[in-house]
Amino acid sequence: MVLLGFVLVAIFAPVIAPYDPEEIVESETLPPSMKHLFGTDDLGRDIFSRAVYGARISLTVGLVAVSISILIGTLFGAIAGYYGGLTDGFIMRFVDVMLSFPSIFLILAIQAMLTPNIYNVMIVIGITSWMGVARLVRGEYLKIRELQYVEAAKAIGCSDLRIIFRHMLPNAQAPIIVAATLGMASAILVESALSFLGMGVQPPMPSWGNMLMDAQAYMRDAPWMAIIPGLLILVTVLSLYFVGEGLREALNPRRENA
Amino acid sequence: MRKFIVRRLLQLIPLLIGVSLISFFVMHLAPGDPTALFTDPNIEPAELARIRANWGLDKPIIVQYFYWLGNALRGNFGNSYTTGQPVINEVLQRLPATLLLMITSYILTLFITIPLGVISAIKKGKLFDNVVTVLSFAGMATPSFWLGLMLMLLFAVNLDWLPAVGMYDPLLRDQGLGARILDVVKHMILPLATMTILSLAGITRYQRASMLEVLNQDYIRTARAKGLPEKIVIYKHALRNSLIPIVTILGLSLPGLFGGAFIIETIFAWPGMGRLGVMAIFQRNYPLIMGIVVFSAVLIMLGNLLADLGYALVDPRIRYAKK
Repeated sequence: MVLLGFVLVAIFAPVIAPYDPEEIVESETLPPSMKHLFGTDDLGRDIFSRAVYGARISLTVGLVAVSISILIGTLFGAIAGYYGGLTDGFIMRFVDVMLSFPSIFLILAIQAMLTPNIYNVMIVIGITSWMGVARLVRGEYLKIRELQYVEAAKAIGCSDLRIIFRHMLPNAQAPIIVAATLGMASAILVESALSFLGMGVQPPMPSWGNMLMDAQAYMRDAPWMAIIPGLLILVTVLSLYFVGEGLREALNPRRENA
Repeated sequence: MRKFIVRRLLQLIPLLIGVSLISFFVMHLAPGDPTALFTDPNIEPAELARIRANWGLDKPIIVQYFYWLGNALRGNFGNSYTTGQPVINEVLQRLPATLLLMITSYILTLFITIPLGVISAIKKGKLFDNVVTVLSFAGMATPSFWLGLMLMLLFAVNLDWLPAVGMYDPLLRDQGLGARILDVVKHMILPLATMTILSLAGITRYQRASMLEVLNQDYIRTARAKGLPEKIVIYKHALRNSLIPIVTILGLSLPGLFGGAFIIETIFAWPGMGRLGVMAIFQRNYPLIMGIVVFSAVLIMLGNLLADLGYALVDPRIRYAKK
């Protein structure tokens, strides 16, 4: 429900936000009031409007990044799990290598080399977070591969590609959906951390992370600048976790007899 | 056992080569040139070429990589572009501060999370369990840097109980050892609390889930049916088996802990490897970035190895199968 609210806010941002998020509308660092619900920031911009637009950006980045990571992860996982043997060994060693990086460091390093903008943030988060999905999908495929309908499909001469994507993928869907929800939560967290370090979404475009970066210097005089975006991130990520957990329970056939 | 350790150590070599290869190419394929950041823009072309040759930037990337690898194997990770110091010295200088923070936080996490998870599992559905569950979800959803900022706001800015940033107070340099240790402890509390609270949340969830699973097993029912006191059933029979998955989780959580350290050290200006790494990235200090990546990868892999050994320690089935 909360999540739905955030999505709606993100979609209808221009209608909801009372001011332009990038425009200076008032004097600096006013505390929250009726006119400016969340107060104003160090440049005199309306924090409520910035937060509303920030929702749009944070959610979009999360969604696109997680789509990329699910796409790569599913592809690698499916191929590794279906073919097994040498292909599997090679892909899984690659996964191990990627997992040995402290991921935030890798992300920062790549971001520093590219121009930090919103598209690169999405891509970089996507290509550094697919490993968990790959492991998961591989596990599912290893299980499904042994089932009779796969054998039947092979017997009637379906191509490998058709078996992998048409026949097996629907049966591996449930854990992928759960992973996507939880992955989106972590993508939003990573985006905010990146923007906070100045390597993510660039000002003046508002994102919850870079709003926090701005807030850092005004902790004593304008604590609301720091408190509000953080709470928004927390609530969004929390609701994604709850949705993910709910989906996990709903989609897990083992839970029913337990 | 020894054979197992040696085999695992040998497996680290290709992994490390992979890690260094990827990070090397990511950095060097990027457009732009690190010399631009360190030299006068009006520099003579000949002079620039000399500096580039000095840093080995004039050769093809593949050659540069093997050159780097050859040196690294002999323990030479090159010199930092900014200070001219050997990278290995810079990293080793910063490592203790990071390890101090990480290991203390790890130990604290263990001591808090296991009892919390166990009690939460025993009291499933009761108030205590619900509170722990809600708090751990909230903990997982909190951005690390925001929690750090909030703690700083509360304890350093508003209450003024603890220092906000740094590791030492320069004014206390001439004081006795006791005063200086106390000083470091005071500086440590906030970053340590941030780090610990964040890793607590996830692991408590796992401990609870694994304890619940164990409590549902037949042998626990048998133990109860025998008339063993509940305390013995839980702490002697169930606890040990419930720890097995946790050991793995602890190993897997290491990269995350490192990632957290990068951000937390940056916020609290803690003079550790993470802060050095973030600075190196901003400055495009290639040799330093490479050094830090390889070092943290080694630490992460060793951590995983320790987790595997711990696994064998708590689970005799694995120990015997390996023989």
